[in-house]
Amino acid sequence: MRHLGTGWSRFVERHPVPVFTLPSVVAVALLMAFPVAYTLYMSVHSWYASSLTSPQFTGLGNFRRAFFEDDRFRNALWLTVYFTALATALQLVLGVSLALVLNRPFRGKGLVRSVFLLPMVATPVAIALVWMMMYNPTLGVMNYLVGLAGLGPYRWVSNAAIVVPALAIVDTWEWTPLITLITLAGLATLPIEPYESALIDGASVTQMFWRITLPLLRPTIIVALLFRAIDCLKTFDIIYVMTQGGPGFASETLNVYTFQVGLFYFHIGYASSLLVILFALVLGVSLLLIKVRRGAW
Amino acid sequence: MLRVSGGGRDRVNPWTYVLLAVLLIPFLFPLGWMFLSSLKSQVQNTAYPPLWVFSPTLGNYREVFQKNPFFTFTVNSLVVALGSTGLALLLGLPGAYAIARFKRTGIALAILTARIAPGIGYLIPWFILFTKAKMIDTYAALILTHLIVALPLVLWVMIGFFEDVPGDLIESARIDGCTHFAAFLRIALPLAKPGIVATGILAFIFSWNNFLFSLIIAGFKTRTLPIAVYSFLSYEEINWGGLTAAATVITLPVLLLALLVQKHIVRGLTLGALKG
Repeated sequence: MRHLGTGWSRFVERHPVPVFTLPSVVAVALLMAFPVAYTLYMSVHSWYASSLTSPQFTGLGNFRRAFFEDDRFRNALWLTVYFTALATALQLVLGVSLALVLNRPFRGKGLVRSVFLLPMVATPVAIALVWMMMYNPTLGVMNYLVGLAGLGPYRWVSNAAIVVPALAIVDTWEWTPLITLITLAGLATLPIEPYESALIDGASVTQMFWRITLPLLRPTIIVALLFRAIDCLKTFDIIYVMTQGGPGFASETLNVYTFQVGLFYFHIGYASSLLVILFALVLGVSLLLIKVRRGAW
Repeated sequence: MLRVSGGGRDRVNPWTYVLLAVLLIPFLFPLGWMFLSSLKSQVQNTAYPPLWVFSPTLGNYREVFQKNPFFTFTVNSLVVALGSTGLALLLGLPGAYAIARFKRTGIALAILTARIAPGIGYLIPWFILFTKAKMIDTYAALILTHLIVALPLVLWVMIGFFEDVPGDLIESARIDGCTHFAAFLRIALPLAKPGIVATGILAFIFSWNNFLFSLIIAGFKTRTLPIAVYSFLSYEEINWGGLTAAATVITLPVLLLALLVQKHIVRGLTLGALKG
Protein backbone atom coordinates (compact mmCIF):
# COMPACT_ATOMS: atom_id res chain seq x y z
CA MET A 1 0.00 0.00 0.00
CA ARG A 2 2.77 2.33 0.98
CA HIS A 3 4.48 1.64 -2.30
CA LEU A 4 1.28 2.33 -4.22
CA GLY A 5 0.85 5.58 -2.31
CA THR A 6 4.30 6.91 -3.09
CA GLY A 7 3.94 5.81 -6.70
CA TRP A 8 0.73 7.82 -6.96
CA SER A 9 2.24 10.90 -5.34
CA ARG A 10 5.22 10.66 -7.63
CA PHE A 11 2.85 10.46 -10.58
CA VAL A 12 0.98 13.57 -9.39
CA GLU A 13 4.29 15.37 -8.92
CA ARG A 14 5.39 14.55 -12.43
CA HIS A 15 2.09 15.17 -14.18
CA PRO A 16 0.16 17.77 -12.16
CA VAL A 17 -1.83 19.19 -15.07
CA PRO A 18 -3.50 15.98 -16.29
CA VAL A 19 -4.22 14.83 -12.74
CA PHE A 20 -5.68 18.14 -11.55
CA THR A 21 -7.72 18.76 -14.68
CA LEU A 22 -8.90 15.17 -15.08
CA PRO A 23 -12.09 15.47 -12.98
CA SER A 24 -13.31 18.57 -14.77
CA VAL A 25 -12.28 17.38 -18.21
CA VAL A 26 -14.02 14.02 -17.75
CA ALA A 27 -17.13 15.73 -16.35
CA VAL A 28 -17.26 18.26 -19.16
CA ALA A 29 -16.71 15.52 -21.73
CA LEU A 30 -19.52 13.39 -20.31
CA LEU A 31 -21.96 16.19 -19.64
CA MET A 32 -21.36 18.19 -22.78
CA ALA A 33 -19.48 16.22 -25.40
CA PHE A 34 -22.12 13.48 -25.41
CA PRO A 35 -25.02 15.89 -26.08
CA VAL A 36 -22.99 17.69 -28.76
CA ALA A 37 -22.18 14.44 -30.56
CA TYR A 38 -25.79 13.29 -30.21
CA THR A 39 -27.15 16.57 -31.57
CA LEU A 40 -24.78 16.51 -34.54
CA TYR A 41 -25.73 12.90 -35.30
CA MET A 42 -29.45 13.58 -34.98
CA SER A 43 -29.28 16.74 -37.08
CA VAL A 44 -28.79 14.65 -40.21
CA HIS A 45 -31.49 12.14 -39.25
CA SER A 46 -35.25 12.08 -39.03
CA TRP A 47 -36.50 10.63 -35.77
CA TYR A 48 -39.35 11.14 -33.33
CA ALA A 49 -38.76 10.24 -29.68
CA SER A 50 -42.10 8.45 -29.71
CA SER A 51 -41.37 6.32 -32.78
CA LEU A 52 -40.35 2.69 -32.59
CA THR A 53 -38.17 2.74 -35.70
CA SER A 54 -34.55 3.78 -35.62
CA PRO A 55 -33.46 7.20 -36.96
CA GLN A 56 -33.53 7.57 -40.76
CA PHE A 57 -30.53 9.23 -42.36
CA THR A 58 -31.66 12.28 -44.30
CA GLY A 59 -28.40 14.06 -44.98
CA LEU A 60 -28.99 17.79 -45.13
CA GLY A 61 -32.73 17.26 -45.54
CA ASN A 62 -33.59 18.84 -42.19
CA PHE A 63 -31.62 21.97 -43.04
CA ARG A 64 -33.16 22.19 -46.49
CA ARG A 65 -36.58 21.88 -44.94
CA ALA A 66 -35.82 24.61 -42.39
CA PHE A 67 -34.56 27.18 -44.87
CA PHE A 68 -36.79 26.44 -47.85
CA GLU A 69 -40.04 24.94 -46.58
CA ASP A 70 -40.55 25.94 -42.97
CA ASP A 71 -42.17 29.37 -42.62
CA ARG A 72 -42.27 28.98 -38.87
CA PHE A 73 -38.47 28.55 -38.82
CA ARG A 74 -37.86 31.59 -40.98
CA ASN A 75 -40.20 33.59 -38.76
CA ALA A 76 -38.30 32.35 -35.68
CA LEU A 77 -34.94 33.20 -37.20
CA TRP A 78 -36.07 36.74 -38.01
CA LEU A 79 -37.62 37.23 -34.56
CA THR A 80 -34.40 36.03 -32.89
CA VAL A 81 -32.34 38.56 -34.81
CA TYR A 82 -34.96 41.30 -34.24
CA PHE A 83 -35.22 40.66 -30.49
CA THR A 84 -31.43 40.47 -30.07
CA ALA A 85 -30.71 43.59 -32.09
CA LEU A 86 -33.39 45.60 -30.31
CA ALA A 87 -32.57 44.41 -26.78
CA THR A 88 -28.78 44.74 -27.07
CA ALA A 89 -29.03 48.16 -28.73
CA LEU A 90 -31.36 49.43 -25.98
CA GLN A 91 -29.12 48.02 -23.26
CA LEU A 92 -25.98 49.41 -24.82
CA VAL A 93 -27.28 52.97 -25.23
CA LEU A 94 -29.08 53.06 -21.88
CA GLY A 95 -26.30 51.26 -20.01
CA VAL A 96 -23.47 53.47 -21.23
CA SER A 97 -25.52 56.68 -20.78
CA LEU A 98 -26.41 55.70 -17.22
CA ALA A 99 -22.77 54.99 -16.46
CA LEU A 100 -21.73 58.41 -17.79
CA VAL A 101 -24.37 60.13 -15.67
CA LEU A 102 -23.43 58.12 -12.58
CA ASN A 103 -19.71 58.71 -13.05
CA ARG A 104 -19.66 61.70 -10.69
CA PRO A 105 -18.84 62.09 -7.03
CA PHE A 106 -21.61 61.15 -4.62
CA ARG A 107 -21.98 59.12 -1.49
CA GLY A 108 -23.59 55.70 -1.62
CA LYS A 109 -21.96 54.16 -4.68
CA GLY A 110 -22.27 50.78 -2.99
CA LEU A 111 -26.02 51.24 -2.70
CA VAL A 112 -26.26 52.03 -6.41
CA ARG A 113 -24.41 48.85 -7.23
CA SER A 114 -26.67 46.82 -4.95
CA VAL A 115 -29.77 48.19 -6.67
CA PHE A 116 -28.33 47.41 -10.10
CA LEU A 117 -27.53 43.82 -9.14
CA LEU A 118 -31.10 42.94 -8.21
CA PRO A 119 -32.64 42.69 -11.72
CA MET A 120 -29.72 40.54 -12.91
CA VAL A 121 -29.95 37.92 -10.19
CA ALA A 122 -33.69 37.85 -9.51
CA THR A 123 -35.35 34.57 -10.50
CA PRO A 124 -36.38 34.90 -14.19
CA VAL A 125 -39.71 33.14 -13.64
CA ALA A 126 -40.55 35.68 -10.94
CA ILE A 127 -39.48 38.54 -13.21
CA ALA A 128 -41.63 37.20 -16.03
CA LEU A 129 -44.62 36.93 -13.68
CA VAL A 130 -44.34 40.47 -12.40
CA TRP A 131 -43.99 41.88 -15.89
CA MET A 132 -46.99 39.85 -17.08
CA MET A 133 -48.97 41.43 -14.30
CA MET A 134 -47.62 44.91 -15.06
CA TYR A 135 -48.37 44.41 -18.77
CA ASN A 136 -51.96 43.30 -18.13
CA PRO A 137 -54.01 45.21 -20.77
CA THR A 138 -56.91 46.15 -18.47
CA LEU A 139 -55.49 46.28 -14.95
CA GLY A 140 -51.73 46.54 -15.42
CA VAL A 141 -49.71 49.32 -13.89
CA MET A 142 -47.76 49.87 -17.15
CA ASN A 143 -50.82 51.19 -18.97
CA TYR A 144 -51.53 53.38 -15.97
CA LEU A 145 -47.98 54.77 -16.04
CA VAL A 146 -47.81 55.40 -19.78
CA GLY A 147 -51.33 56.82 -19.47
CA LEU A 148 -49.97 59.52 -17.15
CA ALA A 149 -47.77 60.56 -20.08
CA GLY A 150 -50.80 60.55 -22.34
CA LEU A 151 -49.87 57.33 -24.14
CA GLY A 152 -51.57 54.01 -24.60
CA PRO A 153 -53.33 51.94 -23.52
CA TYR A 154 -51.34 49.16 -25.15
CA ARG A 155 -51.96 45.44 -25.17
CA TRP A 156 -48.20 44.82 -24.71
CA VAL A 157 -47.42 41.09 -24.92
CA SER A 158 -50.95 40.31 -26.11
CA ASN A 159 -50.47 42.38 -29.25
CA ALA A 160 -48.56 40.60 -32.02
CA ALA A 161 -47.30 43.90 -33.41
CA ILE A 162 -45.50 45.00 -30.23
CA VAL A 163 -44.85 41.76 -28.35
CA VAL A 164 -41.15 41.64 -29.31
CA PRO A 165 -40.40 45.22 -28.17
CA ALA A 166 -42.40 44.55 -24.99
CA LEU A 167 -40.22 41.49 -24.28
CA ALA A 168 -37.09 43.43 -25.20
CA ILE A 169 -38.07 45.98 -22.53
CA VAL A 170 -38.11 43.20 -19.92
CA ASP A 171 -34.68 41.97 -21.04
CA THR A 172 -33.43 45.56 -21.05
CA TRP A 173 -34.69 46.08 -17.51
CA GLU A 174 -32.87 42.91 -16.46
CA TRP A 175 -29.56 43.52 -18.17
CA THR A 176 -28.92 47.26 -18.65
CA PRO A 177 -27.34 47.24 -15.16
CA LEU A 178 -24.65 44.84 -16.38
CA ILE A 179 -23.53 47.26 -19.09
CA THR A 180 -23.71 50.17 -16.63
CA LEU A 181 -21.61 48.45 -13.97
CA ILE A 182 -19.02 47.29 -16.48
CA THR A 183 -18.80 50.75 -18.06
CA LEU A 184 -18.52 52.40 -14.65
CA ALA A 185 -15.64 50.07 -13.76
CA GLY A 186 -14.02 50.93 -17.08
CA LEU A 187 -14.48 54.68 -16.52
CA ALA A 188 -12.77 54.41 -13.14
CA THR A 189 -9.59 53.10 -14.77
CA LEU A 190 -9.34 55.73 -17.54
CA PRO A 191 -6.05 57.65 -17.58
CA ILE A 192 -6.23 61.38 -16.92
CA GLU A 193 -3.46 62.56 -19.28
CA PRO A 194 -5.43 62.43 -22.57
CA TYR A 195 -8.12 64.67 -21.03
CA GLU A 196 -5.57 67.13 -19.72
CA SER A 197 -3.96 67.56 -23.12
CA ALA A 198 -7.40 67.73 -24.74
CA LEU A 199 -8.39 70.51 -22.34
CA ILE A 200 -5.25 72.43 -23.20
CA ASP A 201 -6.13 72.02 -26.86
CA GLY A 202 -9.55 73.47 -26.08
CA ALA A 203 -11.62 70.36 -26.78
CA SER A 204 -15.29 70.39 -25.75
CA VAL A 205 -16.80 67.81 -23.40
CA THR A 206 -18.67 66.20 -26.30
CA GLN A 207 -15.48 65.98 -28.35
CA MET A 208 -13.64 64.38 -25.45
CA PHE A 209 -16.39 61.81 -25.06
CA TRP A 210 -16.33 60.76 -28.71
CA ARG A 211 -12.58 61.03 -29.25
CA ILE A 212 -11.15 59.81 -25.93
CA THR A 213 -13.66 58.14 -23.60
CA LEU A 214 -15.46 56.00 -26.14
CA PRO A 215 -12.36 54.64 -27.91
CA LEU A 216 -10.73 53.82 -24.56
CA LEU A 217 -13.86 52.08 -23.30
CA ARG A 218 -14.49 50.26 -26.56
CA PRO A 219 -12.83 46.92 -25.70
CA THR A 220 -14.68 46.69 -22.38
CA ILE A 221 -18.02 47.65 -23.87
CA ILE A 222 -17.66 45.16 -26.72
CA VAL A 223 -16.98 42.27 -24.34
CA ALA A 224 -20.09 43.27 -22.37
CA LEU A 225 -22.02 43.42 -25.63
CA LEU A 226 -20.68 39.99 -26.58
CA PHE A 227 -22.15 38.42 -23.45
CA ARG A 228 -25.46 40.21 -23.95
CA ALA A 229 -25.72 39.21 -27.61
CA ILE A 230 -24.98 35.55 -26.82
CA ASP A 231 -27.63 35.47 -24.11
CA CYS A 232 -30.23 37.45 -26.06
CA LEU A 233 -29.98 35.03 -28.98
CA LYS A 234 -30.70 32.20 -26.52
CA THR A 235 -33.33 33.97 -24.36
CA PHE A 236 -35.86 31.42 -23.21
CA ASP A 237 -37.25 31.86 -19.71
CA ILE A 238 -39.03 35.20 -19.94
CA ILE A 239 -40.40 34.54 -23.44
CA TYR A 240 -41.64 31.07 -22.62
CA VAL A 241 -43.29 32.09 -19.35
CA MET A 242 -44.82 35.33 -20.64
CA THR A 243 -46.02 34.38 -24.13
CA GLN A 244 -44.96 30.81 -24.97
CA GLY A 245 -44.03 32.26 -28.34
CA GLY A 246 -47.41 33.91 -28.91
CA PRO A 247 -49.71 35.52 -29.72
CA GLY A 248 -49.72 33.09 -32.62
CA PHE A 249 -46.04 32.80 -33.41
CA ALA A 250 -45.33 36.51 -32.97
CA SER A 251 -42.65 36.04 -30.31
CA GLU A 252 -41.51 32.53 -31.15
CA THR A 253 -37.74 32.91 -31.31
CA LEU A 254 -35.47 30.12 -32.50
CA ASN A 255 -34.83 28.82 -29.00
CA VAL A 256 -38.55 28.70 -28.17
CA TYR A 257 -39.39 27.08 -31.52
CA THR A 258 -36.66 24.47 -31.05
CA PHE A 259 -38.03 23.71 -27.61
CA GLN A 260 -41.49 23.14 -29.09
CA VAL A 261 -40.18 20.96 -31.93
CA GLY A 262 -37.97 18.86 -29.67
CA LEU A 263 -39.80 18.65 -26.39
CA PHE A 264 -43.41 19.19 -27.42
CA TYR A 265 -43.62 17.45 -30.82
CA PHE A 266 -40.65 15.19 -29.92
CA HIS A 267 -39.21 15.56 -33.41
CA ILE A 268 -35.65 15.09 -32.18
CA GLY A 269 -33.97 14.98 -35.60
CA TYR A 270 -35.41 18.28 -36.80
CA ALA A 271 -34.90 19.96 -33.41
CA SER A 272 -31.23 18.93 -33.55
CA SER A 273 -30.76 20.62 -36.92
CA LEU A 274 -32.40 23.76 -35.55
CA LEU A 275 -29.96 23.63 -32.63
CA VAL A 276 -27.02 23.40 -35.01
CA ILE A 277 -28.34 26.48 -36.82
CA LEU A 278 -28.86 28.37 -33.54
CA PHE A 279 -25.38 27.43 -32.35
CA ALA A 280 -23.90 28.58 -35.67
CA LEU A 281 -25.74 31.88 -35.28
CA VAL A 282 -24.49 32.43 -31.72
CA LEU A 283 -20.94 31.43 -32.68
CA GLY A 284 -21.02 33.68 -35.74
CA VAL A 285 -22.13 36.71 -33.73
CA SER A 286 -19.49 35.94 -31.08
CA LEU A 287 -16.67 35.70 -33.62
CA LEU A 288 -17.88 38.89 -35.30
CA LEU A 289 -17.79 40.82 -32.04
CA ILE A 290 -14.38 39.40 -31.11
CA LYS A 291 -13.14 40.61 -34.50
CA VAL A 292 -14.61 44.05 -33.87
CA ARG A 293 -12.92 44.11 -30.48
CA ARG A 294 -9.54 43.40 -32.00
CA GLY A 295 -10.09 46.44 -34.15
CA ALA A 296 -10.32 44.59 -37.45
CA TRP A 297 -13.05 47.07 -38.38
CA MET B 1 -21.47 64.86 -17.69
CA LEU B 2 -17.97 63.62 -17.68
CA ARG B 3 -15.72 64.84 -14.90
CA VAL B 4 -12.09 65.58 -15.52
CA SER B 5 -9.35 65.95 -12.90
CA GLY B 6 -10.14 68.15 -9.95
CA GLY B 7 -13.89 67.62 -10.08
CA GLY B 8 -13.76 64.78 -7.59
CA ARG B 9 -13.01 67.03 -4.60
CA ASP B 10 -16.02 69.30 -5.11
CA ARG B 11 -18.88 69.30 -2.68
CA VAL B 12 -21.60 66.92 -3.84
CA ASN B 13 -24.45 68.73 -5.54
CA PRO B 14 -27.70 67.85 -3.70
CA TRP B 15 -29.49 67.56 -7.02
CA THR B 16 -27.27 64.56 -7.70
CA TYR B 17 -29.33 62.57 -5.23
CA VAL B 18 -32.59 63.56 -6.87
CA LEU B 19 -31.13 62.49 -10.20
CA LEU B 20 -29.95 59.20 -8.68
CA ALA B 21 -33.40 58.44 -7.32
CA VAL B 22 -34.99 59.15 -10.70
CA LEU B 23 -32.50 56.86 -12.43
CA LEU B 24 -32.69 54.01 -9.93
CA ILE B 25 -36.46 53.84 -9.38
CA PRO B 26 -37.19 52.12 -12.73
CA PHE B 27 -34.79 49.33 -11.78
CA LEU B 28 -36.35 48.85 -8.37
CA PHE B 29 -39.95 49.31 -9.40
CA PRO B 30 -40.88 45.83 -10.76
CA LEU B 31 -39.45 44.07 -7.72
CA GLY B 32 -41.11 46.59 -5.43
CA TRP B 33 -44.39 46.14 -7.28
CA MET B 34 -44.07 42.39 -6.88
CA PHE B 35 -43.69 42.82 -3.14
CA LEU B 36 -46.55 45.35 -2.87
CA SER B 37 -48.88 43.10 -4.88
CA SER B 38 -48.06 40.18 -2.62
CA LEU B 39 -49.49 42.20 0.27
CA LYS B 40 -52.75 43.04 -1.53
CA SER B 41 -56.01 41.11 -1.57
CA GLN B 42 -57.37 39.92 -4.91
CA VAL B 43 -59.84 42.83 -4.92
CA GLN B 44 -57.02 45.32 -4.29
CA ASN B 45 -54.89 43.70 -6.99
CA THR B 46 -57.62 44.02 -9.60
CA ALA B 47 -58.39 47.66 -8.81
CA TYR B 48 -57.83 50.20 -11.57
CA PRO B 49 -56.17 52.64 -11.36
CA PRO B 50 -53.69 50.59 -9.33
CA LEU B 51 -53.68 51.15 -5.59
CA TRP B 52 -50.58 52.74 -4.10
CA VAL B 53 -51.87 53.05 -0.57
CA PHE B 54 -53.79 50.13 0.92
CA SER B 55 -54.06 48.11 4.11
CA PRO B 56 -51.59 45.25 3.68
CA THR B 57 -52.39 41.61 4.37
CA LEU B 58 -50.20 38.55 4.81
CA GLY B 59 -53.08 36.37 3.64
CA ASN B 60 -51.42 35.54 0.33
CA TYR B 61 -48.34 34.14 2.03
CA ARG B 62 -50.47 32.09 4.40
CA GLU B 63 -52.51 30.75 1.50
CA VAL B 64 -49.48 29.88 -0.62
CA PHE B 65 -47.87 27.93 2.19
CA GLN B 66 -51.08 26.21 3.23
CA LYS B 67 -52.40 25.22 -0.18
CA ASN B 68 -49.12 24.06 -1.70
CA PRO B 69 -46.30 21.80 -0.57
CA PHE B 70 -44.01 24.81 -0.68
CA PHE B 71 -41.73 23.25 1.87
CA THR B 72 -41.15 20.25 -0.43
CA PHE B 73 -40.43 22.54 -3.40
CA THR B 74 -37.94 24.48 -1.28
CA VAL B 75 -36.20 21.28 -0.17
CA ASN B 76 -36.05 20.12 -3.81
CA SER B 77 -34.55 23.42 -4.93
CA LEU B 78 -32.04 23.32 -2.08
CA VAL B 79 -30.95 19.73 -2.73
CA VAL B 80 -30.42 20.37 -6.43
CA ALA B 81 -28.69 23.73 -5.97
CA LEU B 82 -26.41 22.55 -3.16
CA GLY B 83 -25.71 19.25 -4.92
CA SER B 84 -24.76 20.79 -8.25
CA THR B 85 -22.77 23.60 -6.62
CA GLY B 86 -20.86 21.20 -4.36
CA LEU B 87 -20.07 18.83 -7.22
CA ALA B 88 -19.02 21.68 -9.49
CA LEU B 89 -16.62 23.00 -6.84
CA LEU B 90 -15.24 19.53 -6.10
CA LEU B 91 -14.61 18.74 -9.76
CA GLY B 92 -13.77 22.23 -10.95
CA LEU B 93 -11.47 23.70 -8.29
CA PRO B 94 -8.43 21.47 -8.97
CA GLY B 95 -8.91 21.98 -12.69
CA ALA B 96 -9.18 25.75 -12.42
CA TYR B 97 -6.07 25.80 -10.22
CA ALA B 98 -4.01 23.78 -12.68
CA ILE B 99 -5.19 25.83 -15.67
CA ALA B 100 -4.30 29.08 -13.87
CA ARG B 101 -0.99 27.88 -12.46
CA PHE B 102 0.32 26.10 -15.54
CA LYS B 103 -1.35 28.43 -18.08
CA ARG B 104 -3.24 25.78 -20.02
CA THR B 105 -5.71 28.13 -21.67
CA GLY B 106 -6.46 25.63 -24.43
CA ILE B 107 -8.55 23.54 -22.03
CA ALA B 108 -10.27 26.68 -20.81
CA LEU B 109 -11.24 27.75 -24.32
CA ALA B 110 -12.91 24.41 -25.00
CA ILE B 111 -14.96 24.90 -21.87
CA LEU B 112 -15.94 28.40 -22.92
CA THR B 113 -17.60 26.95 -26.01
CA ALA B 114 -19.90 25.18 -23.59
CA ARG B 115 -21.11 28.59 -22.43
CA ILE B 116 -22.01 29.60 -25.98
CA ALA B 117 -24.00 26.48 -26.91
CA PRO B 118 -27.78 26.73 -26.35
CA GLY B 119 -29.07 24.94 -23.26
CA ILE B 120 -31.71 23.01 -25.19
CA GLY B 121 -28.86 21.33 -27.08
CA TYR B 122 -27.78 19.72 -23.83
CA LEU B 123 -31.30 19.20 -22.59
CA ILE B 124 -32.70 17.10 -25.45
CA PRO B 125 -30.00 14.37 -25.45
CA TRP B 126 -30.04 14.16 -21.66
CA PHE B 127 -33.83 14.03 -21.67
CA ILE B 128 -33.78 11.06 -24.08
CA LEU B 129 -31.09 9.31 -22.05
CA PHE B 130 -32.76 9.95 -18.69
CA THR B 131 -36.08 8.72 -20.09
CA LYS B 132 -34.45 5.47 -21.20
CA ALA B 133 -32.65 5.10 -17.86
CA LYS B 134 -35.90 5.93 -15.99
CA MET B 135 -34.13 8.78 -14.28
CA ILE B 136 -36.60 11.57 -15.08
CA ASP B 137 -37.85 13.18 -11.87
CA THR B 138 -34.80 12.20 -9.81
CA TYR B 139 -32.40 14.44 -7.92
CA ALA B 140 -29.45 12.80 -9.69
CA ALA B 141 -30.72 13.78 -13.13
CA LEU B 142 -31.49 17.33 -12.02
CA ILE B 143 -28.11 17.76 -10.36
CA LEU B 144 -26.31 16.47 -13.46
CA THR B 145 -28.13 18.87 -15.79
CA HIS B 146 -27.58 21.81 -13.45
CA LEU B 147 -23.89 20.85 -13.38
CA ILE B 148 -23.80 21.72 -17.10
CA VAL B 149 -24.21 25.35 -16.03
CA ALA B 150 -22.28 25.23 -12.77
CA LEU B 151 -19.09 23.47 -13.85
CA PRO B 152 -18.02 25.84 -16.66
CA LEU B 153 -18.90 28.73 -14.36
CA VAL B 154 -16.71 27.43 -11.53
CA LEU B 155 -13.84 26.64 -13.89
CA TRP B 156 -13.83 29.99 -15.64
CA VAL B 157 -14.43 32.27 -12.71
CA MET B 158 -11.99 30.38 -10.48
CA ILE B 159 -9.21 30.50 -13.06
CA GLY B 160 -9.25 34.26 -12.53
CA PHE B 161 -9.26 33.98 -8.75
CA PHE B 162 -6.42 31.44 -8.74
CA GLU B 163 -4.41 33.71 -11.05
CA ASP B 164 -4.70 36.37 -8.34
CA VAL B 165 -2.96 34.07 -5.84
CA PRO B 166 0.69 35.20 -5.73
CA GLY B 167 2.85 32.65 -7.52
CA ASP B 168 5.77 33.35 -5.15
CA LEU B 169 3.91 31.88 -2.19
CA ILE B 170 3.32 28.64 -4.05
CA GLU B 171 6.90 28.58 -5.34
CA SER B 172 8.39 28.93 -1.88
CA ALA B 173 6.09 26.23 -0.50
CA ARG B 174 7.24 23.99 -3.33
CA ILE B 175 10.89 24.68 -2.46
CA ASP B 176 10.08 23.78 1.15
CA GLY B 177 9.05 20.35 -0.09
CA CYS B 178 5.31 20.83 -0.51
CA THR B 179 3.75 18.52 -3.10
CA HIS B 180 1.56 20.03 -5.84
CA PHE B 181 -1.47 18.70 -4.06
CA ALA B 182 -0.45 20.13 -0.68
CA ALA B 183 0.33 23.50 -2.27
CA PHE B 184 -3.17 23.52 -3.79
CA LEU B 185 -4.88 22.40 -0.59
CA ARG B 186 -2.96 24.41 2.01
CA ILE B 187 -2.01 27.57 0.14
CA ALA B 188 -4.07 28.18 -2.99
CA LEU B 189 -7.47 27.16 -1.58
CA PRO B 190 -7.31 29.27 1.61
CA LEU B 191 -6.02 32.30 -0.29
CA ALA B 192 -8.74 31.98 -2.92
CA LYS B 193 -11.47 31.49 -0.33
CA PRO B 194 -13.37 34.74 -0.99
CA GLY B 195 -13.43 33.82 -4.66
CA ILE B 196 -14.61 30.30 -3.89
CA VAL B 197 -17.43 31.61 -1.72
CA ALA B 198 -18.50 34.08 -4.40
CA THR B 199 -18.35 31.48 -7.15
CA GLY B 200 -20.22 28.95 -5.04
CA ILE B 201 -22.97 31.47 -4.33
CA LEU B 202 -23.22 32.32 -8.02
CA ALA B 203 -23.48 28.66 -9.00
CA PHE B 204 -26.14 28.26 -6.31
CA ILE B 205 -28.11 31.24 -7.67
CA PHE B 206 -27.96 29.92 -11.24
CA SER B 207 -29.25 26.54 -10.14
CA TRP B 208 -31.92 28.05 -7.88
CA ASN B 209 -33.14 30.24 -10.76
CA ASN B 210 -32.91 27.52 -13.42
CA PHE B 211 -36.13 27.12 -15.36
CA LEU B 212 -35.41 25.31 -18.63
CA PHE B 213 -33.69 22.17 -17.33
CA SER B 214 -35.97 21.74 -14.33
CA LEU B 215 -39.07 22.25 -16.48
CA ILE B 216 -38.25 19.07 -18.41
CA ILE B 217 -36.25 16.94 -15.97
CA ALA B 218 -38.15 17.62 -12.74
CA GLY B 219 -41.43 15.81 -12.25
CA PHE B 220 -43.97 15.69 -9.50
CA LYS B 221 -41.53 14.45 -6.84
CA THR B 222 -38.60 16.75 -7.51
CA ARG B 223 -40.40 19.90 -8.68
CA THR B 224 -38.27 22.94 -7.91
CA LEU B 225 -39.56 26.39 -6.89
CA PRO B 226 -39.46 28.13 -10.31
CA ILE B 227 -41.40 25.26 -11.88
CA ALA B 228 -43.89 25.30 -9.02
CA VAL B 229 -44.49 29.02 -9.48
CA TYR B 230 -44.80 28.54 -13.23
CA SER B 231 -47.42 25.85 -12.72
CA PHE B 232 -49.52 28.24 -10.61
CA LEU B 233 -49.94 30.29 -13.78
CA SER B 234 -52.10 27.68 -15.43
CA TYR B 235 -54.96 28.26 -12.99
CA GLU B 236 -58.09 29.54 -14.68
CA GLU B 237 -58.30 32.78 -12.78
CA ILE B 238 -54.90 34.17 -12.03
CA ASN B 239 -54.51 34.89 -8.34
CA TRP B 240 -52.01 37.72 -8.53
CA GLY B 241 -51.58 38.06 -4.78
CA GLY B 242 -50.68 34.40 -4.36
CA LEU B 243 -48.42 34.40 -7.42
CA THR B 244 -46.48 37.47 -6.35
CA ALA B 245 -46.21 36.10 -2.81
CA ALA B 246 -44.66 32.92 -4.22
CA ALA B 247 -42.43 34.94 -6.55
CA THR B 248 -41.27 37.07 -3.62
CA VAL B 249 -40.50 34.00 -1.53
CA ILE B 250 -38.33 32.41 -4.21
CA THR B 251 -36.56 35.64 -5.20
CA LEU B 252 -35.75 36.99 -1.76
CA PRO B 253 -33.04 34.44 -0.81
CA VAL B 254 -31.30 34.99 -4.15
CA LEU B 255 -31.29 38.76 -3.74
CA LEU B 256 -29.84 38.47 -0.24
CA LEU B 257 -27.14 36.03 -1.36
CA ALA B 258 -26.22 38.26 -4.29
CA LEU B 259 -25.81 41.26 -2.00
CA LEU B 260 -23.34 39.23 0.08
CA VAL B 261 -21.00 38.75 -2.87
CA GLN B 262 -21.92 41.85 -4.84
CA LYS B 263 -18.32 42.73 -5.65
CA HIS B 264 -17.91 39.52 -7.63
CA ILE B 265 -21.26 39.24 -9.40
CA VAL B 266 -20.26 40.99 -12.61
CA ARG B 267 -17.08 38.94 -12.75
CA GLY B 268 -19.14 35.79 -12.41
CA LEU B 269 -21.75 36.82 -14.95
CA THR B 270 -19.06 37.50 -17.54
CA LEU B 271 -17.11 34.35 -16.65
CA GLY B 272 -14.25 36.36 -15.22
CA ALA B 273 -13.79 38.45 -18.35
CA LEU B 274 -14.83 41.75 -16.80
CA LYS B 275 -15.06 43.33 -13.39
CA GLY B 276 -17.80 45.69 -12.34
